[in-house]
Amino acid sequence: MTIDTEVAIVGGGIAGCATALYLAQRDVPVVMLEKGMAGAQASGVNFGGVRQQGRLLPELPLARRSREIWPRLASIIGTDCEFVASGHLKLARDDADCEELAAYAVAARDYGLNLDVLDGDQTRRRFPWLSDAVAGASLCPKDGQANPRLVGPAFARAARAAGADIREDTEVTGFAHDGQAHDGRGFELTTAGGQVVRARQMLNCAGAWGASVAAAFGETVPLAAIAPQMVVTEPTRHFIEPALGMCDTGIYLRQVARGNVVFGGGAGIADTVASRAYVLPEHTLAAGALAASLIPRLANLQIIRVWTGIEGEMPDALPVIGPSQTTAGLWHAFGFSGHGFQLGPVMGDILGELLTSGQTPTPIEAFRIGRFASN
Amino acid sequence: MSEPQVLVIGAGPAGVRAAEALVAGGISPVVVDESPRSGGQIYRQPPDGFTRPGKALYGFEAGRAQRLHQTFASLQNHMDYRPETLVWNIRDGVAHTAQDGAHGEIPFDAIIIATGAHDRVAPFPGWTTPGVFTLGGTQVALKYQGCAIGRRVAFVGTGPLLTLVAWQYAKAGTEVAAVIDSATLGEELGALGTLAKDPTTLAKGLYYTASLRTRRVPLSHGAVPLEAEGDGRVEALRYRDGAGREQRVACDAIATGYGLTPETRLADIAGCRFAFHEPSRQWLPETDDDGRTAVARVYLAGDGMGIAGANAAEARGALASFAVLADLGRSVPMTRVAGHRRQLAAARRFAAALDGAFAYPADLAATMADDTILCRCEAIRAGKLRHAANDLGANELNRAKALTRVAMGRCQGRMCGAAAAEVLAAALHTPIDQVERLRGAAPAKPVPLSLGAKP
Repeated sequence: MTIDTEVAIVGGGIAGCATALYLAQRDVPVVMLEKGMAGAQASGVNFGGVRQQGRLLPELPLARRSREIWPRLASIIGTDCEFVASGHLKLARDDADCEELAAYAVAARDYGLNLDVLDGDQTRRRFPWLSDAVAGASLCPKDGQANPRLVGPAFARAARAAGADIREDTEVTGFAHDGQAHDGRGFELTTAGGQVVRARQMLNCAGAWGASVAAAFGETVPLAAIAPQMVVTEPTRHFIEPALGMCDTGIYLRQVARGNVVFGGGAGIADTVASRAYVLPEHTLAAGALAASLIPRLANLQIIRVWTGIEGEMPDALPVIGPSQTTAGLWHAFGFSGHGFQLGPVMGDILGELLTSGQTPTPIEAFRIGRFASN
Repeated sequence: MSEPQVLVIGAGPAGVRAAEALVAGGISPVVVDESPRSGGQIYRQPPDGFTRPGKALYGFEAGRAQRLHQTFASLQNHMDYRPETLVWNIRDGVAHTAQDGAHGEIPFDAIIIATGAHDRVAPFPGWTTPGVFTLGGTQVALKYQGCAIGRRVAFVGTGPLLTLVAWQYAKAGTEVAAVIDSATLGEELGALGTLAKDPTTLAKGLYYTASLRTRRVPLSHGAVPLEAEGDGRVEALRYRDGAGREQRVACDAIATGYGLTPETRLADIAGCRFAFHEPSRQWLPETDDDGRTAVARVYLAGDGMGIAGANAAEARGALASFAVLADLGRSVPMTRVAGHRRQLAAARRFAAALDGAFAYPADLAATMADDTILCRCEAIRAGKLRHAANDLGANELNRAKALTRVAMGRCQGRMCGAAAAEVLAAALHTPIDQVERLRGAAPAKPVPLSLGAKP
């Protein structure tokens, strides 16, 4: 069976589903192919931070634009995805951390992002549940958190309702382009089930599998599969309003409305062949100990659940976004390096703009795939 | 060559017999158990200082209980026994433990997982009202603490435990308001042929029922609960009796349970494969007859392999240890292996008959009202799961969990998992095995957040 379409999207994370929605809303024929379930990997198993603060500066224009979309999700995809503008508090543990926060606040101002930098006493006055281990903090009041499990599936449903052809459990096993193997329609994708999808343009949103898709078109990128680990406690009275982060690689933590405390730290084992990831217990233990040292009130809570999932990480922690260097009509958007969740909604707009007009008002030059070629 | 390290998880009937067989085979095992004293759930021992005699605690099983406790006591100098210790993870030949708030690690050459079973619940309106207990919890209160869950207790559910615990409560002086069994007399009689092959067990069941009748306890078959009534505390149970009439019985506590679910989470974490077991409508870990799994070094024993009862658990414990010994190249007493296998085969036939006689009330679960709480930890109602199935594309349990929080709470799905599968399968109009099973990850049970902080 052969399906002819305008755009074929490989990968059903938030970016892929949001792009399918964008295109379907504009009557552009689109087929999205997802090997598992929509939003099941990085889009669904991340921490759930909706954060601008602390991003590498080239990502800030995307993050600023995406932040405009988050409060409107209910009208776009039918659910607010439990988004709360709770604020994001980034913690410093020593003077060097405090200097880093102050410098970032200055740099972020150029992007229109205003941060409140607090010293240790100011931090504890506002957040009295923090321990003396905190030397200072930076608060971004506009940041927040959401339920990652809901976002990808909701975009997929909205895209399907808008007329996109959303195919889950559909793995693409063969990639070809008419330069070598085809008759002028552009891309020819073969699925594990033997279907063929022919498209004029193709979007690679394959996350941790994005590098292997790029490789099928002769582009080599250094992507590593990672499996960030999360921990969930039993519910307790809600007292932690902002989502928390740290300067160095420590933990990140939030308390959901239900009362459970969710925190992440350390990385497990990512098996991209089986599409499964595994938690390493030593990281669960270390993250729990660190959480208790920062917020002593957590010490007596019970851990009830852990999770992890597969994300794609680039060496410079920036995603690959933009046109292919080898193949006309091929676009990439993958490798969000463990912090793509907040950017997901805006990727639908940015990639939709690229696919329909070849350009976007949001600067994406820093994410070009060719940046790795000279290495 | 150093002595192989064999770890036994659980000190119930299976774990104790496993330890005994290992010691007899020349190996000193490590035995880890969550409880302060051995015996498991069925032969649970009261805390020190409690003086109720064995006959009062264990009834007809007093002799078996005593022999098991004596066996375990006799092993004290031949094993490393760690009570009040939870194994919360298994990975790469190491078991991770939590004891007194501190993390520990036990490397092993072989591990026998004998984690037993827990209650299987079918939610009904009002089942989260204070005063409603699971049947197993109801029995533990009496056996361990010597106290009852109420002054006037209604029993609702099915399975051998239902009449047994009702009888134990009546004997201990509690008023039994009613025994409401979802199995019909016909189903129970239909299984009699097989059950009669184990006459002592059958006789015990008949004795409990007769004894309850003598005490004029209302017994209802083919009956289902409608609602636990009460504002802040149970006041009555409404139910539909076998003839379809609605009944109401005043009570201040309700004990409910529909058979048992194997405790398989550690087997899952250890990487065991599972297969759907149609008669009990449960996913069971795959093993050979002696408890070997497909995972090297991992063995299972007892009701955690599938419900077959305490006598089978003792046989399975010994067989698992014989399998370990054989795989370690030690000699194994083959005549005893054959004997245990025969006992086990008989017990499994009996268990199969029980599955038929006391089936899980799948329809009751599948048709629960939309506003009935399905997952009590997260306060998720059945309607939300149906909505996820019908409108959000939740086509299997793990997806449904992700979208609704069903089974995401601190019981980790033990209370709601069976009913959630029924609700989801019914909503999707698929056979129950098509909704897959809830995947289990560490921690096997909740552990303290600061577990890693202690030295």
